[in-house]
Amino acid sequence: MAYNEKVLDHYENPRNVGSFDKSDDNVGTGMVGAPACGDVMKLQIKVGDDGVISDAKFKTFGCGSAIASSSLVTEWIKGKSLDDALTIKNKDIAEELALPPVKIHCSVLAEDAIKQAITDYKKKQ
Amino acid sequence: MKLPIYMDNQATTPVDPRVLELMLPWFTEKFGNPASSSHSFGWEADTAVKKARKQVADLIGADPKEIVFTSGATESDNIAIIGSANFHKDRGNHIITLVSEHKAVLDSCRHLESEGFDVTYLPVQTNGIVDLDVLAAAFTDKTILVTVMAANNEIGVIQPLTEIGALCKERKVYFHTDAAQGVGKCPIDVNAMNIDLLSISGHKFYAPKGVGALYVRRRPRVRVKPVMFGGGHERGIRSGTLPTPLLVGLGAACEIAQQDMESDNKRVFALRERMRHGIMEQLTHVELNGDLEQRLAGNLNISFNYVEGESLMMAIKDVAVSSGSACTSASLEPSYVLRALGVNEEMAHTSIRFGLGRFSTEEEVDFVVKTIVKAVNNLREMSPLWEMAQEGVNLDEIEWAAH
Repeated sequence: MAYNEKVLDHYENPRNVGSFDKSDDNVGTGMVGAPACGDVMKLQIKVGDDGVISDAKFKTFGCGSAIASSSLVTEWIKGKSLDDALTIKNKDIAEELALPPVKIHCSVLAEDAIKQAITDYKKKQ
Repeated sequence: MKLPIYMDNQATTPVDPRVLELMLPWFTEKFGNPASSSHSFGWEADTAVKKARKQVADLIGADPKEIVFTSGATESDNIAIIGSANFHKDRGNHIITLVSEHKAVLDSCRHLESEGFDVTYLPVQTNGIVDLDVLAAAFTDKTILVTVMAANNEIGVIQPLTEIGALCKERKVYFHTDAAQGVGKCPIDVNAMNIDLLSISGHKFYAPKGVGALYVRRRPRVRVKPVMFGGGHERGIRSGTLPTPLLVGLGAACEIAQQDMESDNKRVFALRERMRHGIMEQLTHVELNGDLEQRLAGNLNISFNYVEGESLMMAIKDVAVSSGSACTSASLEPSYVLRALGVNEEMAHTSIRFGLGRFSTEEEVDFVVKTIVKAVNNLREMSPLWEMAQEGVNLDEIEWAAH
């Protein structure tokens, strides 16, 4: 399958790969997907006292589109408030990366990962 | 060394330059129709076709009269399975095949099911090979055909054709083998193996695409109904003007394969083992899919745990390979062949097929090993599953939300 340039760019130069300490109270962790389905995304956010996402990291097992989707959202959510981050929809991700229909589920996973990370963070507060 | 490197020789092979050279005159100056019996254009084409028929027959120990030229193994499989079943439906309606067969066989069988035939899809063992006791137990008094491939297209495992042929002969049941991946690469003798019908694909062994053959035994005579109708070419089994240049190519490829099989296999096998050792020694958590011994010399199918196959292919974009991952297909289902071996879905998603061939070099193998090791290490650094495994988390105990 030929890939869109933006997907290739994120795949070849993934932004914000890594992990935060998931026991840290300022960190929210979202883990979505399943190995059997061929994609698992872990997205972590670090939230400052002002309620703004100060940093984000990801690790992804999955195809190029899954890696690109998670890399892209780490960039997007940085500097956003939790409420603003929640407004990111899978459609926005799919449009930005020009994902073909068969790869739309990658963008859905990325949206879910954001939601789960925020839920996890809120639970800790 | 030229990039990209082609390592997908189970998908297709390039035409051998020696083959191409012999084909060329038959496109232009010697363009006659081999069926034109009234002039020299036809006669010379007919002579060329006769030679090709003998070259194909010789490679599999058959008589030239037993070779039916087709467009490739898919067509041969269709004629062999649908044609023989339809001819013998008064005698029985039961067919035996394997779950790991090529789609050309499986879908021909599915078609017959819709016409009232019963098909048994036998499982394979974890090494990809059919259990002969299971096969023997599957015969019924209605069984008319067993169709089992020679070598698997994904994992390269070679089925015990001689033993299967003997089981079929004892029971007077036709034995068809889809030998698209076997012919030209492993020794095949239709008489020693009691094969009644055998499918050949040219482009899998350095002949052009679009040409193949079906072996149809004459003694005792195997009957098939045609699936295509027309001028009655190829004893009425496959009508249509014979494509002389393609057949000259097929014949030449068969002759070269027969001459060079042993030396070719020795060289390709050494390269494959160099590759296997190179990968296995530098990476942990990698598994070979399919039997190591009963296997095509040029095939390696490896699961790289914790790394998804398609992303791995993107990382090694200078190397042309295939993946058993769902993400490379429209279906989103991982390889049914690997699933048939009992490989779990996760590991099927992480599999890569390397297909080495006549034109692969040691330099290419070393480059691929280096590239793949680097890519796997990088992607594992990016993989949450690898991270969890390193932390000692048992991934099987996690309740994943399937999507």
